[in-house]
Amino acid sequence: MELKKEDYVLRTVEERGVRLIRLWFTDVLGQLKSLAISPAELEAAFEEGLHFDGSAIDGFSRVQESDVLAIPDANSFELLPWVDPSEPTGRIFCDIYNLDGTPFAGDPRNVLRRNLQQAKEKGFTFFTAPEIEFFYFEDAVDPKPLDHAGYFDLTTLDLGSTLRRRTLAMSEAMGIPVEYSFHEDNASQHEIDLRYTESFGMADNIMTLRLIVRKIALDAGVHATFMPKPLDAGQGSGMHTHMSLFEGDVNAFHDPDDEMGLSVIARKFMAGILHHAPEFTAVTNQLVNSYKRMIAGYESPVYVSWARNNRSALIRVPIHKAGKESSTRIEYRALDSAANPYLAYSVILAAGLKGIEENYELPKEADENLWSLSRSDAKASGLRQLPQDLRQALDLMEESELVHETLGEHIFEWFLRNKQSEWEAYQGRVTPFEVERYLPVW
Amino acid sequence: MKGMSSLLVFPDPPPPELAQSLDLAGFSWKAVSNSSVAEAYAADHEWNGAVIVADEDPNSAFSLARSLRKRANPIQGILLLLNATQLGQLELRDELFDDFILTPFRHQELEARLKHLFWSQGIDSRGEVLTHGDLVLNIETYQATINGRPLDLTYMEYELLKFLVSHPGKVFSRETLLSRVWGYDYFGGARTVDVHVRRLRSKLGEENAGLIQTVRSVGYSFGQSRWGS
Repeated sequence: MELKKEDYVLRTVEERGVRLIRLWFTDVLGQLKSLAISPAELEAAFEEGLHFDGSAIDGFSRVQESDVLAIPDANSFELLPWVDPSEPTGRIFCDIYNLDGTPFAGDPRNVLRRNLQQAKEKGFTFFTAPEIEFFYFEDAVDPKPLDHAGYFDLTTLDLGSTLRRRTLAMSEAMGIPVEYSFHEDNASQHEIDLRYTESFGMADNIMTLRLIVRKIALDAGVHATFMPKPLDAGQGSGMHTHMSLFEGDVNAFHDPDDEMGLSVIARKFMAGILHHAPEFTAVTNQLVNSYKRMIAGYESPVYVSWARNNRSALIRVPIHKAGKESSTRIEYRALDSAANPYLAYSVILAAGLKGIEENYELPKEADENLWSLSRSDAKASGLRQLPQDLRQALDLMEESELVHETLGEHIFEWFLRNKQSEWEAYQGRVTPFEVERYLPVW
Repeated sequence: MKGMSSLLVFPDPPPPELAQSLDLAGFSWKAVSNSSVAEAYAADHEWNGAVIVADEDPNSAFSLARSLRKRANPIQGILLLLNATQLGQLELRDELFDDFILTPFRHQELEARLKHLFWSQGIDSRGEVLTHGDLVLNIETYQATINGRPLDLTYMEYELLKFLVSHPGKVFSRETLLSRVWGYDYFGGARTVDVHVRRLRSKLGEENAGLIQTVRSVGYSFGQSRWGS
């Protein structure tokens, strides 16, 4: 008997006595949204979708086309492990549709699905593994660290480690395997590395993990943040992302005969990302604050570049262990923890595929430390800079056919409009830097 | 609460062709070597019948059958397997079995006799249940438990586990699993299987993670074949 996935979910809800189902979706800016329904409503939600007013949710819809349908994706049903077992609660990701049944163009999950479908037509599946960094602070008002430890420090008694351990347990219980986790370089900063998976599931996992991190912190009276650069001093929170393409069972990035073990496909894919990176940086680094992280010396790239053992490069090619050919991959280091993973993966994948399709040439490897490079040296060696603030990033994105095509008209236009107004709001603000520096002397 | 009910099978291990027949016919069964093992197991499970092979060690077989009948809650539905030269031994032992079948048996006959036996006892022996050791999958309710602990599985995790449990000991390539479990309407690719296996192992818990074995450069297999590979 063929078991339908919707039946599976309905039956599980019944058998486990689930009281509440949270329908999750992600808005254009990458915020997780949730509608709660009772089990009785779930069957209808599967069949007809759940009507809701998209304009009520930032970034989803314009007033004149406000009604949309949320249809639960039965594959993603999970019980929430932190909820009191006497009141079982499930979550399920939704896809957003127009009332006529066509995919809603403003739904980031649809955007990624569409781009992965295009990759699939070329025979590729896209795998990613993010290193997610974040901070714990005493509250959401003042970024006051809980500790002053550093990279890999063992601070067994500190609250941060306890919180991280609880987070990992919840994450594993929801089927999100963690590769490593540790205390990061900055005070109160932590990192969780997720195990390689196909990128659609990974985007869902990132959304879930962010919620788990925040939720566990909140329960302990602490604020967790994925803000890219919360402290003046030290490094910010990036989301370095390892990625590769598979053709069926085979890692398409691997070539045993190449000195670096990298296939032509990998090189072209990298070339595509490098070529288009400045245009899509507004998507991978979407906040005014994102660009405070992207300065020389703090684990964040500044120049469009690639290298093997050079952490200042935009793309790093990690050396895979002998016999581990399937782990051949590249690491994109600009992405930050505040990005919308569905959209960020979409633009990176599209740029890489473009490189393969149009046969881009991979530029020369950057072997020097790019962080110590002077501006004029960089210019002389022909290195292009990544955008230095949101304004520049938006200007470059606005001119990009690739980003337009990848995100679709609806999100492209909305994103630019929203972000331009964010920039304008920022520009009018007087910062503590200016007050400290100028007030006494001018 | 008592766990799932199974068919008692003697001896342990049973002849491979018997194990295979019972598995193919979809019976949930458990082999025991003597009556004390049977009683220990009955502490938290139900026996809903028995298949007792008498042609190798008739004395132990008959003594087990007798003890099953003498329980406070006697086991009904005992099928005896013996060879033609043993027919004489049935005399004066009518109370120890409900039906018998001669070895070598035919798979279809065994299945038909067991079905009939259970029907006449009013027992639903097959309960849509797949078991492997402490792992139980109820096909009817879509629920899975290990050691009585419910497993919270997503639909695809459940489907993958169900497929693997239904084919113990058999090695499947990622491509095969992908086409048999997922169908081709999926952009995840063959590596998706690895991801789901990793998730299943994490949900099964560390002590059971070895149930699903990675077969290097081939794919995966589940448990041990109960009739040899």
